[in-house]
Amino acid sequence: MDSKIPVENLFSIEPVLSSSSRRSISTHSKASSGNSIREVNFSDLGSKPVRYGSHGAESETYSMSQKEINDEDARLVQINDPVKTNERFEFAGNSIRTGKYSILTFLPRNLFEQFHRVAYIYFLVIAVLNQLPQLAVFGRGASIMPLAIVLLVTAVKDAYEDYRRHRSDTIENNRLASVLVNDHFQQKKWKNIQVGEIIKIHANETIPCDMVLLSTSDPTGVAYVQTINLDGESNLKTRYAKQETVLKITEKEKIAGLIKCEKPNRNIYGFQANMEIDGKRVSLGPSNIILRGCELKNTAWAVGVAVYAGRETKVMLNSSGAPSKRSRLETHMNSEIIFLSLFLIALCTVVSVCAAVWLRRHRDELDYLPFYRRKDFSEAEEENYNYYGWGLEIFFTFLMSVIVFQIMIPISLYISMELVRVGQAYFMIRDTQMYDESSDSRFQCRALNINEDLGQIKYVFSDKTGTLTENKMEFQCASIWGVDYSGGKATSQDQEDGYFVEVDGKVLRPKMKVKTDPELLQIAKNGKETKDGCHVHDFFLALAACNTIVPLILDTPDPIVKLIDYQGESPDEQALVYAAASYGFMLIERTSGHVVIDIQGVRQRFNVLGLHEFDSDRKRMSVILGFPDQSVKVFVKGADTSMFSVMDRSMNINVKRITEAHLYSYSSLGLRTLVVGMRELSTSEFDDWHSAFEAASTALMGRASLLRKVASNIENNLCILGASGIEDKLQQGVPEAIESLRTAGIKVWVLTGDKQETAISIGYSSKLLTSKMTQIIINSNSMESCRKSLEDAIIMSKKLTTISGNINNTGGTLGTVLTPVALIIDGTSLVYILDSELEERLFQLACNCSVVLCCRVAPLQKAGIVSLVKKRTVDMTLAIGDGANDVSMIQMADVGVGISGQEGRQAVMASDFAMGQFRFLVTLLLVHGHWNYQRMGYMILYNFYRNAVFVLVLFWYVLFTCFTLTTAITEWSSVLYSVIYTSVPTIVVGILDKDLNRRTLLKYPQLYGAGHRQECYNKRLFWITMIDTFWQSAVAFFIPLLAYWGGTIDASSIGDLWTLAVVILVNLHLAMDVIRWNWITHVAIWGSIIATFICVIIIDAIPTLVGYWAIFEIVKTGKFWLCLLAIIVAALIPRFVVKVLYQLYTPCDVQIAREAEKFRTLSESAAVEIEMNPILDPPRR
Amino acid sequence: MDTNGATTSSAAGGGSTSTSDSSLLSKKNSKKPQYSRFTQQELPACKPILTPGLVITTFTIIGIIFIPIGLVSLSASEHVVEIVDRYDEGCVPPNYSNDKLAYIQSSRTNKSCTRTLSVPKLMKSPVFIYYELDNFYQNHRRYVKSRSDKQLRSKAYERETKNCDPQAVSLDAPIVPCGLIAWSLFNDTYGFFVKSKMLEVNKKNIAWDSDKEHKFGSDVYPKNFQTGGLIGGAKLNSTTPLSEQEDLIVWMRTAALPTFRKLYGRIEEDLQANEQITVVIQNHYNTYSFGGKKKLVLSTTSWIGGKNDFIGIAYITVGGLCLFLAVNFILLYVIKPRALGDPSYLSWNRSPAGNPN
Repeated sequence: MDSKIPVENLFSIEPVLSSSSRRSISTHSKASSGNSIREVNFSDLGSKPVRYGSHGAESETYSMSQKEINDEDARLVQINDPVKTNERFEFAGNSIRTGKYSILTFLPRNLFEQFHRVAYIYFLVIAVLNQLPQLAVFGRGASIMPLAIVLLVTAVKDAYEDYRRHRSDTIENNRLASVLVNDHFQQKKWKNIQVGEIIKIHANETIPCDMVLLSTSDPTGVAYVQTINLDGESNLKTRYAKQETVLKITEKEKIAGLIKCEKPNRNIYGFQANMEIDGKRVSLGPSNIILRGCELKNTAWAVGVAVYAGRETKVMLNSSGAPSKRSRLETHMNSEIIFLSLFLIALCTVVSVCAAVWLRRHRDELDYLPFYRRKDFSEAEEENYNYYGWGLEIFFTFLMSVIVFQIMIPISLYISMELVRVGQAYFMIRDTQMYDESSDSRFQCRALNINEDLGQIKYVFSDKTGTLTENKMEFQCASIWGVDYSGGKATSQDQEDGYFVEVDGKVLRPKMKVKTDPELLQIAKNGKETKDGCHVHDFFLALAACNTIVPLILDTPDPIVKLIDYQGESPDEQALVYAAASYGFMLIERTSGHVVIDIQGVRQRFNVLGLHEFDSDRKRMSVILGFPDQSVKVFVKGADTSMFSVMDRSMNINVKRITEAHLYSYSSLGLRTLVVGMRELSTSEFDDWHSAFEAASTALMGRASLLRKVASNIENNLCILGASGIEDKLQQGVPEAIESLRTAGIKVWVLTGDKQETAISIGYSSKLLTSKMTQIIINSNSMESCRKSLEDAIIMSKKLTTISGNINNTGGTLGTVLTPVALIIDGTSLVYILDSELEERLFQLACNCSVVLCCRVAPLQKAGIVSLVKKRTVDMTLAIGDGANDVSMIQMADVGVGISGQEGRQAVMASDFAMGQFRFLVTLLLVHGHWNYQRMGYMILYNFYRNAVFVLVLFWYVLFTCFTLTTAITEWSSVLYSVIYTSVPTIVVGILDKDLNRRTLLKYPQLYGAGHRQECYNKRLFWITMIDTFWQSAVAFFIPLLAYWGGTIDASSIGDLWTLAVVILVNLHLAMDVIRWNWITHVAIWGSIIATFICVIIIDAIPTLVGYWAIFEIVKTGKFWLCLLAIIVAALIPRFVVKVLYQLYTPCDVQIAREAEKFRTLSESAAVEIEMNPILDPPRR
Repeated sequence: MDTNGATTSSAAGGGSTSTSDSSLLSKKNSKKPQYSRFTQQELPACKPILTPGLVITTFTIIGIIFIPIGLVSLSASEHVVEIVDRYDEGCVPPNYSNDKLAYIQSSRTNKSCTRTLSVPKLMKSPVFIYYELDNFYQNHRRYVKSRSDKQLRSKAYERETKNCDPQAVSLDAPIVPCGLIAWSLFNDTYGFFVKSKMLEVNKKNIAWDSDKEHKFGSDVYPKNFQTGGLIGGAKLNSTTPLSEQEDLIVWMRTAALPTFRKLYGRIEEDLQANEQITVVIQNHYNTYSFGGKKKLVLSTTSWIGGKNDFIGIAYITVGGLCLFLAVNFILLYVIKPRALGDPSYLSWNRSPAGNPN
């Protein structure tokens, strides 16, 4: 990814656009200074340190490394002297333990961790209360069981996971590395490596701990590492050893020195330290350190000194879990939970007050009352038996009622919700329509607790590069010396194989083929004979050499053919090198000292005399090549603005003009452009530069700025060779996806670092912008002009929306988007708008617009825009992106989605969900989001109901027992009610029920509005459910009561009746609401009822329990069955009637669509479906 | 992509196998989710929809089923002949009517009392004799817990009396059966005479067989019972094992509600209409302390149990309501039908201006 920000930011002049670009002067430096201010603000807000691009971070740490590191904050490492290093401070050894527990600590630690959850604490408090003899409502076993079951299940799961971690730890700890002991390298187990030891790594070996590079097989001290285990980026990164140490190792000198480095931290892109060696102080930065978990590639060996080991390595410090967020539904739910708590307290108060009144009334009789017997006469002295006086009696009654009515607070709901989310995640992961074939990646669910938020998204913030586009850069066209070569479409026969060279009987072939322009190819083949040929030669030489790409030779099954894979941090550079290779300029080898380029079959070696890396101030990079003929040339490539400002003014003005015109036309085609320049250096110039460069690169203070200055000095008076156009292709299905999202009522905002023309053209091709839309473009560079343009824009957008509204009212165009206003705003303007009072206006304006496109925004501005919306609405926001520059935005949004694409995995690591393609967003939101929302909403309501109905039945009975909290229902049934009797169906339905099928949801994206309107869970539904609960509990309780009033019925028998009645009732209630009955649902619901019967029978078969054999006695009577039937019918009638009336006479969209699905009235428009299907759900089998 | 081409161009013999190997390998290594109807959430399913027809049919069927059940239950309840006689007040001599408590607590007062009941209709045998207590909270928490099922079941657990306080031990020996429930055992007795001929009262098999066989041990004999300072109720014959003390077994199956009946015995001959039955009651049980009522009940039985019209009325009400609803839904359907699944009802089709944006 690293290259992406720079390349996007390369462009800085906005060509004056016809429409309404006002006051458009580049002020990028201002913008970036604004950013850095925001950066500080933001990092205060953000929960995690976020990196916004390695270059920025590097230059920052370069300057920071110049500062003294405080002795207290530093760790001192004696090179090659682990004993001395470790004598003062006990640094961590290199053995790692990812396992959380040992056998001894498992029980206490696991319990401790489990009790971090509020739910468990509640369980525990209730269980503990119940252990007090005065409050023992349930028996010991019954009261502890639910908690014990949950704890046990979780503990077994944790233990198994931990066992696997321990096993992998052991393997890891026992790997071998060669360590310098007594001046010889010996094999040593990883776990025995200590800080300060010198370790030698060979090619393709994994690095055992974080080490400062001392030397490598390359004489200049370059090592290449692959960091795929660390951040998932598969390209090679270059790391450097300091010249001071390189020589020592190679000359077998004994090395000694002191490294003073910062304390272990988790920033994998930052490191600051300095090294004292031979009395010299050398500063070390992130490019001097290789981290545990990386692999050494393309380098025969590397030697380094361990500075962080074991758990203090950066990779271990970074191995933390996924981010945790809380779903919107859950937040809403909490207010209802509070209500239920109040209701619980009310019930308990009623019981205790009534109990007090009863005791008061019978205070004189209590001593002798046969069923109370306050006095104990068995002792010589009469004393009160189990009576603690007024206050305590009432207090105990209150606590006891809390214990009895505990499930009023649906704690089990939290556990069910977790299970349901796991199930939903399983289905999302397994969805074949969200599997990306090209990257072989499934959908990933990283955050498990916001599944249902996917059904309520209102704003989607999307990155462009890599998200809407593939980020597979493809060289499209070039403008060389004023000539446009863009006929790449025609491919002749021999280009099928692409370009290849033969060396020593071996065929070398670039891994990727590039379409070539035949004319240009011909010119390139002819070599330097013509003037054109000369320019073309230089142009491609620049493309091949002026980069940081590392060629890797890969074997193919055919021993003769080798593939060249160009590895690099920037996809743009890769594309350029592949293009150069196709035109016959094949980069074969790169070391820090030279490059080997095969030019039209002739291998040429160029010395790389100097390389100025890209930085965001210069926006260009350069390389100084020493040619075989001893001439020295500097090749520069960079953004158009920065390049034209350093070009030779005496140069052909015509070429410049034509090139600029070409650049403009390229970028309006949506191509990314780069300009290439060159200059030959005279010997004196080179010498000057060389000494300056040497001085700068060994400078201790301000090295970065010195280097920058040296670079700027040499990068001038360039002769512009030409420009390249690279296409970043739109991903498959993006226009259709955006269309669907928009129809679904989701606002799509695109935030990109690209320049305006590119962004707009991508906007058109992705159907984000249409020709019907009026574009409002805001490019301002001061607070005042921003204010003015915003106000103008608001007025304009209002006018437009009202006019279009009128047209619609009269003309009645069906189903079209009403407000065809698109807002295009750039990063410079946003600098002034974000964090100022103008934010409010921007939000107003954006609300009027159906499309918002922000171009040239910095990573933090992306987060700023997301928070702008998030702060002002209650609507859910989703951010989707693929690069490190999207991380801040992904973390800021309610839901963050990462695209696991070309740019590494930082976005994925920060995201809640990750997937391979943008278009899966449609399936994710419209299908899974809708389902998850509907399921979860229903499940929460149902769980409230199911627990409340049971509690109310218990409560009614308490009113007939002198308010003494006797339960006719056995204590075991009370406990098992939410564990066995009713839990499985709700979980199964929560995972499996579907209100509509996938096809309908995709065909009518508008159905997504159900989530926006909160149709499945809202206050009204909650109250309706509660009223229904009240009725159902009353029916379930009073029908048996009245039927058996004054009869011989005993408590256990009627208790069994109530148990069965309530269980059947709640299960049938669920059954009534199930939309799709598959066999699993059938098993769950009917199985639960049968399981309840079995449990009741088992409980009643235990002779030491009071209710022995009661169920067998009562089922023999007809009255039992009549009561059961009457309860179920009478309890469910009101709900059924309301449901029928609601569905028949005020049907919601979902209901109509469901009917349509069933009766197939939608089949007449099947043609549309077929048209959409190949893109939205391509056949995957 | 290139690999396949390469393999075919290489060694001809091994070519085919290596390609199949590699394709097999790639299949194995691919993370592509396996297709199954389950994972794609496409299991065959039934999708019931509440069509007007279905709704009307449901209500009609419920109505058609419920009303006859209600009628049958009601008639069954009507056929039950029941004689209820409240005797707690009538059995107190007039001179004690202001101090009933003193009357019942005194050991010197005459507790026998004669009542005359007339049989309204023919009562076919068996005629069940119940005593009914009112305002006696057998479901009170303190009371319900005050028993030891282990002790009742087996002699070995004689000392298991921890829940039985304050009737756990007496004179340092465990009480068998312990606890308040046993202590407060009902002890009124009834003698029935028709035309001065005594009616046989069968007191066998009034308790559940399961209780006699498994819950109350045949080796457990009452011990130390009702020997404390306060006598709660009946005494037990200490030579009869608990499994045969059926009055105790019935009493110990605590009632669910504060008004309850307990089976006393059976008269196994028909009682003719208008017969006068003389009952001699030994009125020992103290309900006066808490204002409870005592009633003697003679009742025949039917399949629905005793006399209780509630079930019948409930069924008729629910059935009637369902038929009423069915009629209403028919009317609604005729007056204001809605085509099911008509896309023109969809909100975005209904109001073109009602764009959710």
